[in-house]
Amino acid sequence: MMTRSFTSTTLRAFAAPAALSLLALAGCKHAAPANSVLKATAQGSALVESSGGHQVGATGTALKDPLVVQVNDDQGNAVSGAMVEFHGSAEAGFDPATVLTDSSGQATTLVTLGTISGRYRINAVTGGKTGPVSLETVETALDYQQRVGAILVDKYCSRCHDPESSPARVSNYDNLEVKPHPFTDGATLNKISDADLISLVLHGGPALNRSALMPPYGNTLSAADVKALIAYMRAVADPPYEPAGTVYAIK
Amino acid sequence: MQPIKKRLSSAWQALFGDPVRAFGVVSVILLLALAIAPAKEQFSQWHGYQRSYLALIGDRGDAVSLRRRFEPGIHQIWLPELAVVDRCTTCHLGLTEASLADVAQQPFRKHPVVPHSLDAFGCVICHGGQGQATTVVEAHWSERAGEQPILPTRYIEAGCGQCHQNALAGTPQLNLGRAMLARYGCVHCHAITRPDGSKLEATDYPPSLAHIADKTTREWIFSWLKDPPAYAASATMPNYKLSDADASDISAYLVSSSIPQARDTVALGVRPAAATDAVAGPTLYGESFCASCHALQNAAGNVVGGDLGPELTRIGNKAKPEWLAAWLENPRIYDGTTPMPHYRFTPQQIATLVEFLQTKTDSDYGSGVHLDEASPQQVAHGRKLIVELGCAACHEINGVQKPENFAPELSTIGSKPLAQIIFLPGMEHSLPSYIAAKIRQPRAFGTSVKMPQFTLTAPQIDALTTALLALTARGRSMPDNLRVAAVPDTNYQPAGHAGKLIAELACFSCHRFNGRGGDMAPDLSWEGSSVQRQWLTDFLHNPNTLRPSLIRRMPRFNLSESDNKELTEYILSVYQSPAIDADLAPAATNPSETVEHGRQLFYSKYACQACHIVDTKTDKGYIGPTLTQVGSRLTPGWVYAWLKNPQALRPETTEPNQNLSDDDARALTAFLMSLKGPGGRGAKQ
Repeated sequence: MMTRSFTSTTLRAFAAPAALSLLALAGCKHAAPANSVLKATAQGSALVESSGGHQVGATGTALKDPLVVQVNDDQGNAVSGAMVEFHGSAEAGFDPATVLTDSSGQATTLVTLGTISGRYRINAVTGGKTGPVSLETVETALDYQQRVGAILVDKYCSRCHDPESSPARVSNYDNLEVKPHPFTDGATLNKISDADLISLVLHGGPALNRSALMPPYGNTLSAADVKALIAYMRAVADPPYEPAGTVYAIK
Repeated sequence: MQPIKKRLSSAWQALFGDPVRAFGVVSVILLLALAIAPAKEQFSQWHGYQRSYLALIGDRGDAVSLRRRFEPGIHQIWLPELAVVDRCTTCHLGLTEASLADVAQQPFRKHPVVPHSLDAFGCVICHGGQGQATTVVEAHWSERAGEQPILPTRYIEAGCGQCHQNALAGTPQLNLGRAMLARYGCVHCHAITRPDGSKLEATDYPPSLAHIADKTTREWIFSWLKDPPAYAASATMPNYKLSDADASDISAYLVSSSIPQARDTVALGVRPAAATDAVAGPTLYGESFCASCHALQNAAGNVVGGDLGPELTRIGNKAKPEWLAAWLENPRIYDGTTPMPHYRFTPQQIATLVEFLQTKTDSDYGSGVHLDEASPQQVAHGRKLIVELGCAACHEINGVQKPENFAPELSTIGSKPLAQIIFLPGMEHSLPSYIAAKIRQPRAFGTSVKMPQFTLTAPQIDALTTALLALTARGRSMPDNLRVAAVPDTNYQPAGHAGKLIAELACFSCHRFNGRGGDMAPDLSWEGSSVQRQWLTDFLHNPNTLRPSLIRRMPRFNLSESDNKELTEYILSVYQSPAIDADLAPAATNPSETVEHGRQLFYSKYACQACHIVDTKTDKGYIGPTLTQVGSRLTPGWVYAWLKNPQALRPETTEPNQNLSDDDARALTAFLMSLKGPGGRGAKQ
């Protein structure tokens, strides 16, 4: 304790101006409790998501892209100066949690996921003219195994299973005669058991009387890799995958 | 006074008045004293957690088996060779209980699946904290005597990085951080030694400033020094927050110390093709695949292209045309270490490219800069600043020596005791927040701090922090057998004239040979076993597209006939795989039944058309290489060996090993070798 108080008192004298400049540069909203500073100058009546929803990230880390929502009025025009508050399920963090919309009506926050894997419901709320308006979006946190799966999917699977194709990351999805299932397609994939999915990955489509366009990966991926793949697919399935749970014998 | 004394003596009489009573009272006191220890345990924090764990599992379907596995008391994982004494499992009771996957309440959550077992490694090796402690505060947040609090989940990959010095597939953040330590040149100033004694080497190419005045003007140097990202958003050079006077003095010293090279100032005597052909410049820029390494900002404002070389959006503001021409003619004369290839452009091509690049100019950039002639005092002051700021740690500068150990060594920064850290007021007192703040805004820690301001995104700062937190004292004291060493590049250097050609064409910038080189293009260590002579000759003359889905492509070099032959021969004879025996390989021509059988296997059984194209009219597999002319490109031995086990030849390839039977592999090889393409000679049209 002695050391601590000593250093902090000696430091305070010369670090104060530096700290002030830090605060100024970092933007006061980061450091100060936002509510006491921000004051809404306008109100909207609708909230729409601009970008940053439905992202997938690692537990405990900040999502790659910020979450951006837009406040609109009755005519659908963007409202600037409206206050948007972000709330989330346990442990999710927002930087900042309270934002005023900018000149294009958008409020931007950086979402940090909690330490437990799964879906995080994020609510953006703005005080409308007739009461609060809210918007819900979902972000997904992956644990270690699911993230290993995500990396494997990116390398081996998304070249066919990803319906989105971009010049930087070409997907052959549109060119395939038999369309593969995107891994977010929970409606289909949730019905397939773990054992069948593992069999499909190990032995290819023909193993379950499906298309030979899906090649076997049993000699390329390890058993742990395949488990990780399945863990990832289950984590991103939409609607969410609900495991059957453990079955116990009654004595 | 009197009544108190009287009352005391009567109390004494009541308790110890006669020997029997005294014996009874002393016995009671003794019993109470003996009960202190069990009571203390009964009301301890961990006991409370064990009781709530029992309450939690009591309601669950598998309570019986959970209760059977529960052992009351203090639990301990003791691993003497790792110096681990972890009692975390005393409270964290559900770590290995698969059926508690839905429990979100701490400390009873199940541990996510990781490659290491709890019994073999314990907890604090990865997570940090005090394993011996049995209270929440001491175990998690104690910082006395150099103890480190537990690592926040945000930086948890730092735990892996203590032993794993190599790039793990499952730790992208750590890998990015380590790559950035090298790519952003951190290690030019801050030495980082890995636990095995090897040094982390920089992978940026800070240009030599020995002839800088040939290349650019003092005004440009001034504008660049003031704010590098204003010139190019992707600049890795940090901002030193220089005053106008300081930036002016530094630019004066750099220009005055620059040694002119005669060839950099010769004007080109050739007229550019653009005079007659408006698209000649952009066409040549595209054909030369400059975009594989250099980025340009397009009309939509997006920066498009590679990041191996500098961004060229405003190159016209920077480079003098005479210098640019000399550079394009042969970059190695100006800077011997550049990753830029010697393209062997013709004078006409050079003129065309120079004119095209000169149009990449931003008239607003540096327009307000007018520098007066510098006095000798200002030049001397510029040199003093260069020495103070350590510019020569990265750049070669005439008259200034490269400083040694310019900034603090960071080899054990992840174990820096909190008592040695001066925190800013209002800042969280933890090592990760200190490191992150120091990277985000170094100058906030005092006006005398020399570290410049880097332009980094939040994920990049997290990644760097993770990589630095991994550099712990524990990582250095680990037993050698647990340490996974980094795989450094070999110092392989091909010999002879071909070796000189490979260096001039900078093949190593993109390709890998025998464990050294870049990862932008395929590993060529066994290219000689893979391709046919005629194809290779044609390809080196005019590289065509093999993989339609790739943006980055092999550029075309104007190789002379003899150089081309030399390089072809060298590749074919030296880069041979020991796994492929050309004598035992299947034949290159086969009976038509075998070819037809192979075709059916290709389209039906193995559905190779999912990724490959054999017939451009019907096939749409844009992921793997196009196979329309594969019979003229690859050797049958390579095709057969590849089909049998692709990963054995190139471990990183995504093509799965289909475990083909010998017969199927032979039939497929026969089919593929029959694909000679139009003209029968393959590759070149």
